[in-house]
Amino acid sequence: MQLPDAEATFRELAEKVRGAVTRETALVGIHTGGAWLAERLREDLGLSGPLGTLDVSFYRDDFDKIGLHRDVKRTAIPFDVAGRDILLVDDVLYTGRTIRAALNELFDYGRPARVRLAALIDRGGRELPIAAEFIGAEVALAPGQSVELLKDAKGKLSLQLHHD
Amino acid sequence: MKREPEAPMSNNPQLDAEGQLRHLLTIEGLPAPILTQILDTADSFVSVTEREVKKVPLLRGKTVFNLFFEPSTRTRTTFEIAAKRLSADVINLNVSTSSQTKGETLLDTVANLSAMHADMFVVRHAQSGAPHLIARHVAPEIHVINAGDGRHAHPTQALLDMYTIRHYKKDFRALRVAIVGDVLHSRVARSQIHALTTLGVPEVRVIAPGTLLPSQVEHLGVHVYHDMAQGLKDVDVLLMLRLQNERMQGALLPSPQEYFKNYGLTPEKLALARPDAIVMHPGPMNRGVEIDSAVADGHQSVILPQVTFGIAVRMAVMSILAGN
Repeated sequence: MQLPDAEATFRELAEKVRGAVTRETALVGIHTGGAWLAERLREDLGLSGPLGTLDVSFYRDDFDKIGLHRDVKRTAIPFDVAGRDILLVDDVLYTGRTIRAALNELFDYGRPARVRLAALIDRGGRELPIAAEFIGAEVALAPGQSVELLKDAKGKLSLQLHHD
Repeated sequence: MKREPEAPMSNNPQLDAEGQLRHLLTIEGLPAPILTQILDTADSFVSVTEREVKKVPLLRGKTVFNLFFEPSTRTRTTFEIAAKRLSADVINLNVSTSSQTKGETLLDTVANLSAMHADMFVVRHAQSGAPHLIARHVAPEIHVINAGDGRHAHPTQALLDMYTIRHYKKDFRALRVAIVGDVLHSRVARSQIHALTTLGVPEVRVIAPGTLLPSQVEHLGVHVYHDMAQGLKDVDVLLMLRLQNERMQGALLPSPQEYFKNYGLTPEKLALARPDAIVMHPGPMNRGVEIDSAVADGHQSVILPQVTFGIAVRMAVMSILAGN
């Protein structure tokens, strides 16, 4: 399985997002990879809208099975969600359950005007009716495989394949 | 009540086979990573409690019983708020006024509530060890939180104190902390001492008259002072204790006025500590006995933030237990 180059995939995603967002669009990244990507998108596209991060641990649907995540990060939405155009950003789109949790959390902050989704990698395998407007690359992975976004000290992105 | 053999010391009844927290009964014996995990998780809940919709769906469908065999307003209320913000259903039972007066035993009360599909018991009891007893007898999927038992332990109070200290002072490993007052009758003090030493505070002091200190308290790893002027020197954090009038038996003190003169925290005594020292109190305060109003309401007091953080800390404990 050959994974695409993360930096090239990011540039692909950024080009798709450019022109579809305005100065008022708020970017919200899902911890941890999505938060890196949202920050990079905002910087590289020269956007001036607000930036937020979500940790969906308190909204996951598998809490009863696996309990609370050991390392819950702080959700930070430093702007008024009500009436806002929001671009949700995640690294890997798979079952869609993380996005479901993120939407629920976002709505506890207010009623946004619109929410769209940008994902670096779409690996298929959806279990919910969720789709992304903007995709960097589609990658077909087997169920036992997963892909992780990494960031080095200089901020360079890379993708790593894991086998369970 | 049936007597169970005591569990061996190495077998911590709070932890499951994987070392995960199943009940929260005492701070004693809990490893530092578990305490830190609770504080870190509470950090995330603080942001939840600051937004407009203060609820998350983690404990939806779960039922939490607040079992208070001893009166309490603040602790019961903060546990109730915490459970409700996690979307649990909460039942408050002040048992001293119900079936216990009709002669039902503690374990019968708990068995009946378990039959009503309880998922969690928050227990306060005048008898040390009552929450342990309950924890030993409940079904494996039920979790028990000690909300204060006798003179033994009050772990969530100590955790919210640790959260408050970390919030203002960042690093436990560079602190001088003084616990001031009625250590003898205080479950809060015992839990604080265990939490502070586990989290690596290098110098924990207790300041009290000899009559209000347990014998051999120095074996817990604290430095003992009987004089405020010496004990408060260079201290970063002051943990004031309530003078437990209702627990006083015999003549341990000449009078509350005499106590205030020697151990009451006045602005003059506070000036002996570091200028950026913070003052904490678990409440309810006896103003003019252990603390002067000018200090309680002064700019070094973080007594009200303690209460606010207490909700997030209890949310963290409940959600970690429910998930384990």
